[in-house]
Amino acid sequence: MSAMFPLRISRRFLRVWQRNLTVYRKSWKISFIPPFLEPLFYLIAFGIGMSGLVGNIRYQGAEISYVQFIAPAIIGMSIMYNSFFETTYASFVRMYYQKTFDAIMATPLSLEEVITGEIVWGATKSVIAAAIMLIVISFFGLLHYPTSLLILPLAFLGGLAFGSIGMFFTGICANIEMFNLPVFLFVTPMFLFSGTFFPLDNLPRWAQQVALIFPLTHLTNLARSLSLGQGDSSISFGIGYLLIFSLVFFPLALWQMQQRLIK
Amino acid sequence: MIEFRNICVSVKQEWQELNPKQLPETHSDASNPTIVKAEHLLKKFGDFTAVNGVSFGVTSGECFGILGPNGAGKTTTIRMVYGFSPITSGNLKVFGLDISKDWRQIKSRIGVCQQENSLDPDLTVLQNLLVFASYFDIPKGEARKRAGDLLAFFALEHRRDAQVTELSGGMMRRLVLARALINNPNLLILDEPTTGLDPQSRHQVWDRLRDLRRRGISILLTTHYMEEASQLCDRLIIIDHGLILVEGRPQQLIRDHVGRDVIEIGSPTQELRSFLKSHHLQYEDLGHRVVVYCEERGDLYETITRDFCKEGCMIRMGDLEDVFLKLTGRELRE
Repeated sequence: MSAMFPLRISRRFLRVWQRNLTVYRKSWKISFIPPFLEPLFYLIAFGIGMSGLVGNIRYQGAEISYVQFIAPAIIGMSIMYNSFFETTYASFVRMYYQKTFDAIMATPLSLEEVITGEIVWGATKSVIAAAIMLIVISFFGLLHYPTSLLILPLAFLGGLAFGSIGMFFTGICANIEMFNLPVFLFVTPMFLFSGTFFPLDNLPRWAQQVALIFPLTHLTNLARSLSLGQGDSSISFGIGYLLIFSLVFFPLALWQMQQRLIK
Repeated sequence: MIEFRNICVSVKQEWQELNPKQLPETHSDASNPTIVKAEHLLKKFGDFTAVNGVSFGVTSGECFGILGPNGAGKTTTIRMVYGFSPITSGNLKVFGLDISKDWRQIKSRIGVCQQENSLDPDLTVLQNLLVFASYFDIPKGEARKRAGDLLAFFALEHRRDAQVTELSGGMMRRLVLARALINNPNLLILDEPTTGLDPQSRHQVWDRLRDLRRRGISILLTTHYMEEASQLCDRLIIIDHGLILVEGRPQQLIRDHVGRDVIEIGSPTQELRSFLKSHHLQYEDLGHRVVVYCEERGDLYETITRDFCKEGCMIRMGDLEDVFLKLTGRELRE
């Protein structure tokens, strides 16, 4: 199949990205609300509600407050959710119910360009969400600058990783209900066990190893290092992992969508 | 009947007067008269052969129809033509170009109306056209101009800012057509363009398509409405089970396969059947009804009504539907 359909990607994928931006701009006021409120909810719940119970946390040799610990994790989760849900539920609706992909494929665009445009759009939504959250969280004085600004390109990379695997699932799932499986078996465990709400050191050794498979673990570590302004060797490892993860799942997503749509 | 036709003509004229706006002439390619050339086109889905080696050609400026019952392979055939489905084997040239290599160039010169509504419900009427124009790399200013012209041509100007979901079925189909024309295509591919439309909307679409024909645009369409095929198509093929049954001009096909007149007899008797047999007449026995195909035979009709059936008997002109049913059979396709 791949031999029959060599990758046909040109800059035209940006047209699909622009189409999604056009739609997004129609409802940006509504789209802006979740990334604006989400960090507020988390910070209030954990900062006020849990901090008293947890106190301070030792993270990489330094003593930090619990709110400081979870603030970058909230951004990481939002990066994951924005791209993953965009290329799963939202892309599925466009592909399956709205026939948007069918219409575009009758124009000089290739399926590969459509899918690339969708994934890059998912990553863009991650960047938008991260940017809004950075602004909100900065008001609490929880972010170290200028390193925290690097969370924006990180959001794009993380968005590509989660957007690619999301699109891969879209290529597999027969109907929209089936997304419950990757959400429950992939996203939820990551949400809980990627060093988001507690340091991974608290887990047994084997569980720490397993957590290293999760892209969210690396994304959270990176966001945390940048938000605290403390870099170490794990940064390049984390970036490398997310890059490789994207480089594996992006072609897999293209291939799976070819299987699904080119008939 | 004559009166009815006159009414149709006057309605049509009114419609045209209401829509004086003209579209720019499309550039037709006179040097290469064959626009689509399909040879032994074969398409398999696993073990199932959807299109089993069809060959046909569409020449510049003509309207070519692909007719067939449900599941005959119409949609599969045209999907191969516009590069949506890769061909399993055979030869397919569009504008003299190879669809597997020059697909981008080919797709930039055709307009497609798919069977399922694929308008973008997230966008307004105008945005649908503008966003679609961007897929063809049409500059913004030019896209706005073309979109304005097309909305006028399809009488959609007053709904330019409406959400697509607010439109009626007929308006949606007109918008799909407008969208397919945004790139000034040389070839328009229509997959059942009027399925599900009310008669008014259907005639409106036909009028627009005839206008486009006059401007030299070539049309390749599928349909299972015989009236649509008779109204629009210069030439057509009838396919079934992935094979071409017949090819020709609508009137010629009717003459060749049905004759001029058709006599339908309800509740036929055995005597009638033996009469038809003994006179070597061409007929189809449907049990409760017999259909006789013949040349101009008012006398035969008189004989039949006089001797074999007092009522439930009628004579009419043969049409494409007779050809279609005769060739593809009468059993249901589901």
